[in-house]
Amino acid sequence: MQSCKMKNTASAVQGDANSKVYVAPGKYDEYYNFVSGGFNGQVSVYGLPSGRLLKLIPVFSVFPENGYGYSEETKAMLNTTNGQIPWDDQHHLELSQTNGEQDGRWLFANANNTPRVARIDLSTFKTVEILQMPNSAGNHSSPFITENTEYVVAGTRFSVPLGTEDVPISSFKQNFHSTASFISVDKTSGNMALAFQMVLPGMNLDLSHAGKGPSHDWFFFSSYNTEQAYTLLEVNASQKDKDYIIAVNWKKAEEYAKAGKGKKVPAEYAHNTFDESKQLASSVIEHEVLLLDPKDCPDMIYMIPCPKSPHGCDLDPTGEYIVGSGKLAALIPVFSFSKMIKAIGDKQFEGDFQGIPIIKYEAALYGEVQKPGLGPLHTEFDGKGNAYTSMFLSSEVVKWSLKDLKVLDRAPTYYSVGHLMIPGGDTRKPGGKYLVAYNKITKDRFLPTGPELAQSAQLYDISGDKMQLLLDFPTIGEPHYAQALPASLIQGKQVKFYDINKNGNEFVTMGEKKANVVRKGNRVDVYMTAIRSHLVPDNIEGVFVGDDVYFHVTNLEQDWDIPHGFAIKNNPNAELLVMPGETVTLKFSPQKQGIYPFYCTDFCSALHQEMSGYLRVSPKGSNTPLKFGTGVVADTSAQK
Amino acid sequence: MKQVPLLASIVIASLLIYSCGSGSQPSSSEAAGDSSMVVQEDKTASQAAADDSKGKGKFTEVTLTHPLDKAMVAGGKTVYDVKCAACHKLSDEKLVGPGWKGVTDRRKPEWIMNFVTNTDEMIDKDPAAQAMLEQCMVRMPNQHLTDDEARHVLEYMRENDGKN
Repeated sequence: MQSCKMKNTASAVQGDANSKVYVAPGKYDEYYNFVSGGFNGQVSVYGLPSGRLLKLIPVFSVFPENGYGYSEETKAMLNTTNGQIPWDDQHHLELSQTNGEQDGRWLFANANNTPRVARIDLSTFKTVEILQMPNSAGNHSSPFITENTEYVVAGTRFSVPLGTEDVPISSFKQNFHSTASFISVDKTSGNMALAFQMVLPGMNLDLSHAGKGPSHDWFFFSSYNTEQAYTLLEVNASQKDKDYIIAVNWKKAEEYAKAGKGKKVPAEYAHNTFDESKQLASSVIEHEVLLLDPKDCPDMIYMIPCPKSPHGCDLDPTGEYIVGSGKLAALIPVFSFSKMIKAIGDKQFEGDFQGIPIIKYEAALYGEVQKPGLGPLHTEFDGKGNAYTSMFLSSEVVKWSLKDLKVLDRAPTYYSVGHLMIPGGDTRKPGGKYLVAYNKITKDRFLPTGPELAQSAQLYDISGDKMQLLLDFPTIGEPHYAQALPASLIQGKQVKFYDINKNGNEFVTMGEKKANVVRKGNRVDVYMTAIRSHLVPDNIEGVFVGDDVYFHVTNLEQDWDIPHGFAIKNNPNAELLVMPGETVTLKFSPQKQGIYPFYCTDFCSALHQEMSGYLRVSPKGSNTPLKFGTGVVADTSAQK
Repeated sequence: MKQVPLLASIVIASLLIYSCGSGSQPSSSEAAGDSSMVVQEDKTASQAAADDSKGKGKFTEVTLTHPLDKAMVAGGKTVYDVKCAACHKLSDEKLVGPGWKGVTDRRKPEWIMNFVTNTDEMIDKDPAAQAMLEQCMVRMPNQHLTDDEARHVLEYMRENDGKN
């Protein structure tokens, strides 16, 4: 839906905007901005305030550019109970926290389509863990975390039947459930484990955020389709005046889980981890999950009525205010945590939703922001008592005061803003300097590129009373939620190369002397080294049609920013980028006889063009002897 | 009337020499830590050595051992196999870089140790290292040798040159 107000492309930019986003050549940005890739399944990283793209991190999608999902070492990262899935829809990101503040250790990412949660290491910018979610579909309200990263949550957008029984779609009310999963995160290693799942009535969980400070023990999820429609949701899920914000006492849930109140049920899901020392991903299929039924766990879950299909469910830095952004509502309700606790104590309920007590709206309500704009979606905070809500329908960011709920300022977006992001804006300590709006519609903002346009992001200066638009920049995929942290938090701990002497890859080649080609049946292992600017071996013969050839390429370099690439002609596979000190394996199963050149694809030196070699593939059953080397020149000219 | 376009053609022939003249490559002299992943602070070991023939870096006085330290020689060979042999032969034959035969006669021990630990600054500033770059046309990679590894490599070079 387009904005109702007409704006021309240049309006709203004034004054010293250019100097505020100019980062001179050789200078660094102030913030890393991690942006979800939506339908590209990746995470992109931008610098702020410049909006410069720094990196694309493959998470749920294969990435032929560096071999992620193609190399033997990384294939297992994308394994699921339905085999390797090469793509997903990546919506939300959350940076790890300690005491409600960003700690710069990990970035969590959700996959919507085939429910999964990933963890990215912020010293390598690599996906190091992916955990599949059983009993889930449309993993949307994820991967939000508790204040000390005790848990990452995963909530279902699509309710589904639990287990494997074949049921009619029309039995939604009886058989379909939403679930809220709590994934524990190991304090030291970051390793995730599915601790427990809460079984909830059939409805759509949308977004979520954890409590802070006084509300530390609680987690809040927004919901829609509490009408429990299973067809034409556009109409049938918009019938009721109010849906719910679901308040979950996760501390209590933890106690119930420990006290054996849950039920262990069979459920298969993949748990994939990347072992940095072996440089190898492995996938384990788990077989069991602990379910918590609210019926057996009193005082664990409450519902708070919230107008019209709320999307954002956001807690202010103090942990007292819960902002529900009803995307079809004409106001923004703000709930009070302390009032909610009192209402629970006083049993101010107005019935139940399939057994879960519903708190009276007014009893939990702090107040309503009147006439904020159209289509409120998501709210972040500046730490100075102000909230900023994105308005999808009226294409604007609205700044309002938490104290008196008065609208203070409006800034247009171009166009149809979805999520917005203030660095640390969902933590206890927001950095109240910038705000980025991630827009769904781009239209006339950039040079046109055919029917499909890049989605635009807009950067605002929010340090003053009035928001000031500073910059437009195009993004990759479709950004939903994003995160940003001060560069100083992680800049100094970036891994620059891997120590070759600690390389634990099973197929490492420790120096050219060890380069080798080993045949075992029809499997051929090539132990290859790469250094500026040659490959050893670079001549290989004695390989036959039908062989499976594994090129284990070890980059012997020990210097920052000197990766080597590796590709083979006609290989129906990707290439490799091998970081200094790393070993990565590319499989090639030649189907035709011939000479196959291979080469380094990453410009590495003045003699990069020379960094190449030949593989001879002979017909099956021929007797070409196994031969390999580098720098060996034959002494006869008429060899056959 | 015909319009005659003025053709001003400027041909810039650019010979691509990797990093040639780039004066600001971050150099690092940190030793590898315990972690298998190496995180390093950028430091420029720019204490200019008083004597140019000793090169630029932290080594200003290296005490040689007589006779050779066998343990250091063995350590140096291990480092050579993994980090050096790809480009340097033990004979005087040039591969990517020059062969090592006679290197301990051509260079002072301090120069050698500075070159293998402070590679980027040496290539950028040391006249002898720059002359070698012009011959080899490939910047020697900084292989991040620790101080001990550098000393061991020196001992291995001395053994290769028949020193005692």
